[in-house]
Formats: sequence, structure tokens, C-alpha cells
Amino acid sequence: MRKIEAAAITETVARLAVEATHFLPEDVEGAIRDARETERSPLGVQIIDEILENAEIARERMLPLCQDTGTAVVHVELGQDVHVTGGFLIDAVNEGIEQGYGEGYLRKSIVAHPFGDRTNTGTNAPGVIHTEIVPGDEVHIGFMPKGGGCENMSRYQNFLPGAGREAVVDFVCETVDLSGGNPCPPLIIGVGVGGTAEKAMTIAKHSLFRTVGERNPDLEVAALEGELLEAVNALGVGPQAVGGSTTALDVFVETFPTHIAALPVAVNIQCHSARTKHAVL
Amino acid sequence: MAERKTITLPLTEETIEGLRIGDHVEFRGVIYTARDAAHKRLVAMADAGEALPLDLRGQVLYYVGPTPARPGEVIGAAGPTTAMRLDPYTPRMLELGGKGMIGKGGRGPAVREAIRASHAVYCIAVGGTGALLNRHITSVEVVAFEDLGTEAIRRLEVDRFPAIVVNDAHGGDLLEAGKAEYRTSTRPVPTASGTGGG
Repeated sequence: MRKIEAAAITETVARLAVEATHFLPEDVEGAIRDARETERSPLGVQIIDEILENAEIARERMLPLCQDTGTAVVHVELGQDVHVTGGFLIDAVNEGIEQGYGEGYLRKSIVAHPFGDRTNTGTNAPGVIHTEIVPGDEVHIGFMPKGGGCENMSRYQNFLPGAGREAVVDFVCETVDLSGGNPCPPLIIGVGVGGTAEKAMTIAKHSLFRTVGERNPDLEVAALEGELLEAVNALGVGPQAVGGSTTALDVFVETFPTHIAALPVAVNIQCHSARTKHAVL
Repeated sequence: MAERKTITLPLTEETIEGLRIGDHVEFRGVIYTARDAAHKRLVAMADAGEALPLDLRGQVLYYVGPTPARPGEVIGAAGPTTAMRLDPYTPRMLELGGKGMIGKGGRGPAVREAIRASHAVYCIAVGGTGALLNRHITSVEVVAFEDLGTEAIRRLEVDRFPAIVVNDAHGGDLLEAGKAEYRTSTRPVPTASGTGGG
């Protein structure tokens, strides 16, 4: 059994929080650069230029890419041959969030009681922490500072079992159409199909950790991803919804077996500031 | 790149009259920050007949909750938040004399009508460009509700602050017009709903 100190997890999460909020992932920046070449709207191109300039300024001046440094969504894949010592795993992750958001001059956006007095926790903790037990003796940590603008545009619906792929395409298009400029297009769209309500949304969220251009290994699902990207970009929403041909940079679909009575579909949208960062311990 | 209009603040009636949807503008002068919690308090104070901590007449409100400033900086990342969440308060803010708003995303029908009726203007700054917009803010002073932290009302001096006119005083709506111009899909446009964040 391999031992990993809780303190090492804390330190890693703190570092990921700062790196994720300041450095736009290369694949995302590359996709935005590519979109600049195909965008039909001149105003859309100017917006893309500002987005690219923003990434450069953030990097060079150590300013967060966006003032909304998000809910800290942390996906921990814990190898079953790992023993975490010197503290509780979840506490270690939350301490890392507190350190990273404090020392990194990040915005603390979390309120303790959602419908009560909404007092800020002051630390951006607790994070939304997903844990998964996996084979092996490593700990994989994925960090996603998830903005409120795009997260608020999440949608879930359960369709009739026979509604098929057309229901999925219609629902995703309607969601993107309705959300307009709120989630900060150009978007990356996560779609979860199947499972149960919480499973569909969880796999939709988890898909946003993928690299832009990375297709689902299932060819039928990959084909749906391509169809969805085309359908969404035909909506005309465009960069920041001013109108244009670039509404999404990519669409990721994940599926899970489901009940004979169900066709759950969840949409979880990511903004153009698609910030994720990984580490392996 | 299309020419950008420089707008010196405060807004005049003539300036507002001349603005059209799709104009790329650059603000110079003073704007005030306010998001959800500050709007809620301002409207409650106005409804109770209390004096407001700032005179809204002719002012531009910027929907932003910045990150903390690093030592030596005046402010952190400071991009716009979703304007739609402020829709319930906006007609009242316009009654109190507000003339301009900067946020991201679209406005609901009631707010669009209030903007037209009160001869005001709503612009977007590019959402998710908080680092770039930081470079256009030259001074910051908290003027009210300091206890709200990032949501306090701040007086910002801005220079060449980039924005795009989305709702003008003539009833225009850039998001609607833009979508119609670039839509190649045969799907009908659904009616708007929902909240926002940022």
C-alpha cells in the first residue's frame, strides 16, 4: 500500500487553483485561434481578439483570466492501493482550495447558506469534490474553477425512452439558444446521456475535463458530437451572443446505461475560459 | 478593425441618442460597480425613502465583482457578470436616474422597454476578459456597502474601457439582430428564460 501525505494533496490543490485560473489551457487557446479564422462576423472576430489578448495579459501579469474564479470543482481519482496519511482526503482538498484562493488573490464566491443570509465562507471552500476509486497506486486530481455564468445555464430533462438521438440534439440546441450570452460563448458543451438524473449531470460535467478535439471512443457517440457541434454553430448565437458562426468550440458527449423507462439528458456548459488543470501524485 | 467611438463620461443625452447597437465604444471617466447584493440594497433603500449612498443620475453601472488586487495593483481581474440577473432591479435603477449599464448577455423584454423609454443604453464588455479589462481601470475607491466584499459599490476611473452597445435608446437589440443575421439553422428561436452568473 502506497502512502500519500494529506499535506501533499493540499499543496497540489492550492497550486492547481492558481495555475488553472491564470493560464488558459493550450488546446482551448488553439481552438479559439482556429475559430478566429472561420468566424463570419467582424464583431465576433474582434471579440475573439479580445479573448486572445486577455489570455496573454493574464499569463504575463499574473492576473486571473476571469474575475469569476469559480466554484472549485475537484475530481479526485484515488488509486485503491493508496493510503492517505496525516489527515482526511476531503479536508486536505478543501485546505488546498482555501490556500490557493487566499494566497493567489482569487475571488471567494461561495456562500454558506444558499437560501438564507448568503454569508460568504470567505475561503471559496468547500469545493464540489468528486471522488472515484480506481485501480492502481496513484492519485489523479483534476481541478476546474467553474464559473457561475455557464454553470447557471445547466439543464436536465428526462425524455420518453423512444425519443432517441433527435431528442438529445433538440434539447442541446434549445439549451444553447436559450442561454444566449450568459454562459460566455464560444462555449464548450458537456452532454451526459443515460444513467440517472445525478449520473447524467456528473458525466456531463466530467466530460469538460477532456481536451478540445478529443472524441468519445464510441464511434456512434463521436458522430453525435460532430452533429451537435454543427447544429449548435448553425444557431447564429456567436461570440458573446452578438451573432456569428462560432457558438461552440466543441461538444463532448458521455453516455451511461440507463433504465428501460428513461432517457435522461443533462447539459453542462463551459465558457470560453475553459479552465482545467491536472496533477498526478 | 472597425473604428471605436470614444465616450467621455458622464453620458449626455446627445451621446446616448447617437449610440446604435453594434457600436464598439471606449469609455473614459467614472463608472460605478454594482451587482446582485448591491442592487438589492439600493432598491430597498429607495423604496424605504432613504438617501442613497450615491447619486445615480446620469451614471453608468458596471456589473462586476472583481478579484482582490495584488499588492501594487488597483484592482484584480474585473470582467462583467450576467446582466439578466439584475433585470428585476433595472427599471427602478433607471427611474432613479441611471443612464448606462455594462454587463454581459442579453436583457429581458421589460428591461429593453425601460431602456428605450428612459433613453438609456446597455453595453456588454467581453465576458471572461477580466485581465484585459483590468488594464483599463486606473483607480478604485469603495463608496458603499464595504461589508459586501467583492459586491461592494466601487467608484472606478476607466480609460479606453472597451464595450459594445447591445440595447440602444431606440429599442434596438444586438443579440436578437445578430442571431437573425448569422442563423443558418431552420430551428425556431425559443423564447428566453433562466438566470445567469459570473
